[in-house]
Amino acid sequence: MEALNIFVKSIFIDNMIFAYFLGMCSYLAVSKTVQTAVGLGFAVIFVLGITVPINYLLENFVLAEGALVWLDPSFATVDLSFLSFIMFIAVIASMVQLVEMIVEKFAPALYGALGIFLPLIAVNCAILGGSLFMQERQYTGIGDATVFGLGSGVGWLLAIVGIAAIREKIRYSNVPAPLRGLGITFIITGLMGIAFMAFMGIEL
Amino acid sequence: MKAVDNLLGKVRPAFEKGGKLEKYWPMYDALETFAFVPDHTTKTGAHVRDAIDMKRTMFLVILAMVPALLFGVYNLGYQHFAAMGVDATFLEMALFGFGKLIPLIIVSYGVGLGIEFIFCIKKGHAIYEGFLVSGMLIPLIMPVDVPLWMVGVATAFSVIFVKEVFGGTGMNILNVALTARAFIFFAYPTEMSGNKVWISTTGDRTPVDGYTGETLLGQAVEKGAAFTDVTGQAYASAADSFMASFIGLIPGSIGETSALAILIGAAMLIFTGVASWRIILWGILGGAVMGFIFNLIGPAYFPENLYLQVPWWQQLVMGGFLFGVVFMATDPVSAAQTTRGKVIYGFLIGLLGILIRVVNPAYPEGIMMAILFMNVMAPTVDHYVVQGNINKRLKRFKTVKAA
Repeated sequence: MEALNIFVKSIFIDNMIFAYFLGMCSYLAVSKTVQTAVGLGFAVIFVLGITVPINYLLENFVLAEGALVWLDPSFATVDLSFLSFIMFIAVIASMVQLVEMIVEKFAPALYGALGIFLPLIAVNCAILGGSLFMQERQYTGIGDATVFGLGSGVGWLLAIVGIAAIREKIRYSNVPAPLRGLGITFIITGLMGIAFMAFMGIEL
Repeated sequence: MKAVDNLLGKVRPAFEKGGKLEKYWPMYDALETFAFVPDHTTKTGAHVRDAIDMKRTMFLVILAMVPALLFGVYNLGYQHFAAMGVDATFLEMALFGFGKLIPLIIVSYGVGLGIEFIFCIKKGHAIYEGFLVSGMLIPLIMPVDVPLWMVGVATAFSVIFVKEVFGGTGMNILNVALTARAFIFFAYPTEMSGNKVWISTTGDRTPVDGYTGETLLGQAVEKGAAFTDVTGQAYASAADSFMASFIGLIPGSIGETSALAILIGAAMLIFTGVASWRIILWGILGGAVMGFIFNLIGPAYFPENLYLQVPWWQQLVMGGFLFGVVFMATDPVSAAQTTRGKVIYGFLIGLLGILIRVVNPAYPEGIMMAILFMNVMAPTVDHYVVQGNINKRLKRFKTVKAA
């Protein structure tokens, strides 16, 4: 029940895009068509679903204060949490390399369509944000952390697919010239944010 | 009519190309075509033989809103005098209601059409009539004593940021009137929620003892289905409170209270083919299903949340649910466009509307947010319906070829 709670919450209520506006760069850049948006969305789900639990293990068995006691009781006062940023990013970067190789091998068309934004997932703030939220919210157990990572990814996918469909729909709209492209996309993001406020305040 | 025709004919040259007031042609054009059937005919492409155009469509929607509007006017007066404990005649109630509603309509039309005119003149196209409906919807979904300047600001926000930046009528992704309401809801929550705003208590009369001013939705949060009327008297039976909200003699936003008047409007919309019956039907079904599920699981699993125990048929007539499903969700621009998409879209609106209303303590009414959310998701639904069709046909094509 607790896991389901975290899952729903991370999709709708704490949505990475509409509640925290994280991961905006690829969200804005790769949302021109639904097809590529779905591809990138699944890549983000995969990376979040892997890096959050790995970073959870790192956090609880290496980095946090007293986490190293399993090696030797004398490490009880060692606090390596100043290393957490660099460790998290290292894990994320290596996982993104893995995703890149997989996508290139099995979906070359998608690989071409995503272009630079696939390797750039490594510095996507939604991914690092997922790990940092995991650290801050103190999830109990690796299962909860995994569910949180997957849920955040699904929320991100929902957001990018939603905006991609809208952008496909308004392709032939007579948008005022200065707003064409990114301008109108920012406005749509804001309006979608209003719509996602539907779930704000729900406590499961 | 002859005099109007003559007058319009006389000033026409000034607005035509080369005239002094050439810039303001859209304004002249709007007034002329509003009064008379335009004399220009289609020159290219398919020739549509029925004279239905956007103006007539919009006018049909406004006609469908008239029952809800008139009942709202009467209910404004009825609630006010009931809360004050004053015996009033029908005429007094109606006059009181008109006195409250007319300024709201003037502000909403004034601000909205003003902005439309400016954009039309700047962009040099004929004025679109889309705002005729939005401008009438906005007053109907407001609480009675909302400050007029807020209505003005909200109307300006939604006309500019929801409609004009997308290229005007027919291009918006969210419902314009509903966004205006959401704007006030989030920017000035005290004017749009709580117990104090739904019945007009201004003036020198004082409310009777036991008066709370709560809507049924507010009561359901605290007491479940044990509803009281405006003076704090409990309804005799569940059937009584159902009838009160079906007829509409309950507090709420101006146009939303009477399920009966809204259903008359819905019948007009469906009969003339302006609104999609699928969205209305499936919306109501979705709400009923969600309410029914809550009725089933409520007493056993969530005894502390009494809202779950409100019977599902009561859920459907309370608050703005029907008004939203009939007049807002069916907006042909922001709704799903495909047939199967409309079914999914309508069903999810009903489902989410009741879900948010019951589960989210921040919003005693959820239909507004449910419709906005599904407006945002409608293009995605459409995309996958279309994609599914393409895949189905491709498969069929392949089997035919193989055979």
